[in-house]
Amino acid sequence: MNALIRPGFARILAAAAFTLSAPGAHAFCGFYVGKADANLFNDASQVVMVRDGDRTTITMRNQYEGDLKEFAMVVPVPEVLAEESIKVVDDVLFQRIDAYSAPRLAEYYDANPCHALRERKSMLGRLPQSLAMDAAQLKVEEDRGVTVEATYTIGEYDVVILSAKESSGLEIWLRENGYRIPEGAAQALAPYIRQDLKFFVAKVNLAEQAKTGSTYLRPMQFSFHTEKFMLPIRLGMLNARGPQDLVLWVLTRTGRVEATNYRTIRLPANMDIPTYVKGDFRTFYKALFDTQAKREDYRVLFTEYVWNMSWCDPCAANPLTPAELRGLGVDWVTAGGRRAARAQPVMLTRLHVRYTAETFPEDLVFQETKDRANYQARYVLRHPAKVKPDACPAAGPYLDGVAARQEREAKVLATLTNWDVDEIRDRMGITQRQRPWWEEWWVGMAP
Amino acid sequence: MGRDGAVMSGRHDMLSKGRSLAARLPRDARMVQILFLGVLLGAGALVRDFTLRPEQMALTFAAGLATQLACVRALGLQRVGVLSALITCLGLSILLRADSLWVHPLAAALAIASKFSIRAGGKHLFNPGNLGVIAGVALIPGAWISPGQWGSDVAYAAWFLALGAVVSSRAQRLDTSWAFLACYLGLVAARVAWLGYEWAVFVHQLESGALLLFAFFMISDPMTTPNHRGARVAHAAVVAAGAFAWQFLLFLPNGLVWALFIATPLVPLLDRVFRAERFNWRDNRALPTPGSPAPRTTTTLG
Repeated sequence: MNALIRPGFARILAAAAFTLSAPGAHAFCGFYVGKADANLFNDASQVVMVRDGDRTTITMRNQYEGDLKEFAMVVPVPEVLAEESIKVVDDVLFQRIDAYSAPRLAEYYDANPCHALRERKSMLGRLPQSLAMDAAQLKVEEDRGVTVEATYTIGEYDVVILSAKESSGLEIWLRENGYRIPEGAAQALAPYIRQDLKFFVAKVNLAEQAKTGSTYLRPMQFSFHTEKFMLPIRLGMLNARGPQDLVLWVLTRTGRVEATNYRTIRLPANMDIPTYVKGDFRTFYKALFDTQAKREDYRVLFTEYVWNMSWCDPCAANPLTPAELRGLGVDWVTAGGRRAARAQPVMLTRLHVRYTAETFPEDLVFQETKDRANYQARYVLRHPAKVKPDACPAAGPYLDGVAARQEREAKVLATLTNWDVDEIRDRMGITQRQRPWWEEWWVGMAP
Repeated sequence: MGRDGAVMSGRHDMLSKGRSLAARLPRDARMVQILFLGVLLGAGALVRDFTLRPEQMALTFAAGLATQLACVRALGLQRVGVLSALITCLGLSILLRADSLWVHPLAAALAIASKFSIRAGGKHLFNPGNLGVIAGVALIPGAWISPGQWGSDVAYAAWFLALGAVVSSRAQRLDTSWAFLACYLGLVAARVAWLGYEWAVFVHQLESGALLLFAFFMISDPMTTPNHRGARVAHAAVVAAGAFAWQFLLFLPNGLVWALFIATPLVPLLDRVFRAERFNWRDNRALPTPGSPAPRTTTTLG
């Protein structure tokens, strides 16, 4: 999305310094114990997009760790933005929407086959409880064909809105004004100029930044009107080395959002995986995403979460409050607590894409579907009951069933992550007994 | 006989083998079309993780075929089979998506019923698959189409092209598909050149599975395109220009199906101005007596 103007220096979106606590919100009959938040993917651009009719609000998280003097970004926008349509917002909004929608683990415990009706809640009670987180100065530089349409200081950012007639003129203007822009920038800028887009250019105002007393940059938000439901990603590829990640949360009124010019697919999810993954869910999820993205040759967008935000059952974290939603630009939700939010649906689609310059030659174009089906990237741990084979007549068949299930879990994990299945079996503490071929086939086919 | 003669004779053998293979294909092009659409649906459901539930598919076919049989019986038609209805149901299953069970059968019933009720110049007016999709997108709540669902792998594009060319040539409507693709891709190429995009953008558009599916399986339907060859090309060009404007000037999704839908009234107009023989599925050729009144037991419905 955002293009760094200086090549080769620290990446705009580096690893975050904070980590999310692992919440343990109560689920219907399971428990959420782990999450893979967006910070797991160090270089991921994080963007929240709110789309209502032709009104679009974009919030971008700047997890920049380099020298603040060298931070700068360029984003094509459809109109000259007024000062009141640009804001800095609290980073907590990103933490909240991320926590709410992150891929997660759900954990279940088998009932003891000898006490089939035993209450499960007593076991659930031992798990950790939820940790709720809760005037523009016009200046025309005719010689370059570049017009400074507006300049603002917004929070810790100095913002310039530019329009240009020629991409080479814009490139020269940016260089002359102290931005070091990557090779090939003019060619990438040209199509935006031809479509009469403006350029939102921001850098850090060091004096204002010092006043905030904070070491990180707050997310920047801007709103505009356009018929185009799209997100420019091509400029950000100029100084990319290898595949890049984008985590995009889209908030709309009606339904799930998908790309129209690329495939959008669900991540493989909702399957049982070995219980040892609980200790290292982040490593698992990273391997899973790496494997799936590579399998699709970096050509698809993955849907990680779709939910009507006015309710969730179960929730990985509390849904965003109407105030938080409004903070992200969801204007159709009025303040008035969760009850008011229920009557004003907000569909959240979380998309995660890993792209390269070759596999995504065009910017992302979206449509809002009428699909309101909920979806979450959720992985299930099932703990077997601790029972001896001779404890009761039901125990033997139960343990056989557990052995077959664990073998399936090992194979599922190997397929999802490309990990070695024998190593998985070792970590699970299971050995593969030799089965006749039909039993193998049956185990492989079973859901 | 010299070396050249041997080569010629080899070529002749290959040609005649090809011809005899083609002769073995069913005369009714719809059989081939059903086979290919079935393969696409199967591949889509299994390999391309279409979000289509088996119940939705079953209901599409149940409602579509029931509507076809009911209409045929009510109108007392003879020699009208279910092949076209099967094609419509396959097309709707491939294109339409819904989060409930009633959307697909409703769209299928509307699409098939339109063939019997909305008619002009002795043939049905709307492309039934197109009408079903538009009804789903515009009227029925909880329905949508996913133009990006095919992705853009080159292999897929090549497959579509190969399969589609066979079907279209059996249906003698290759001209519609190619005229449409030439106009649409010409406009896309002009846009890419004008905006100064890299040509990878054009290639990406070219590899769109949805575009090729539309070109070879929807707009190529001989029953809902003009009878006259020149008129067909004109119709295809209008649809191409409309689809381009819809997508790149109005920035709206699903330009292809909307453009075909909106251009539908053009077909009877063109048929009136440019007189030509009507198409006959069973013989896979135009009807032999131009201008003669269609028999009561017309085959154009089926």
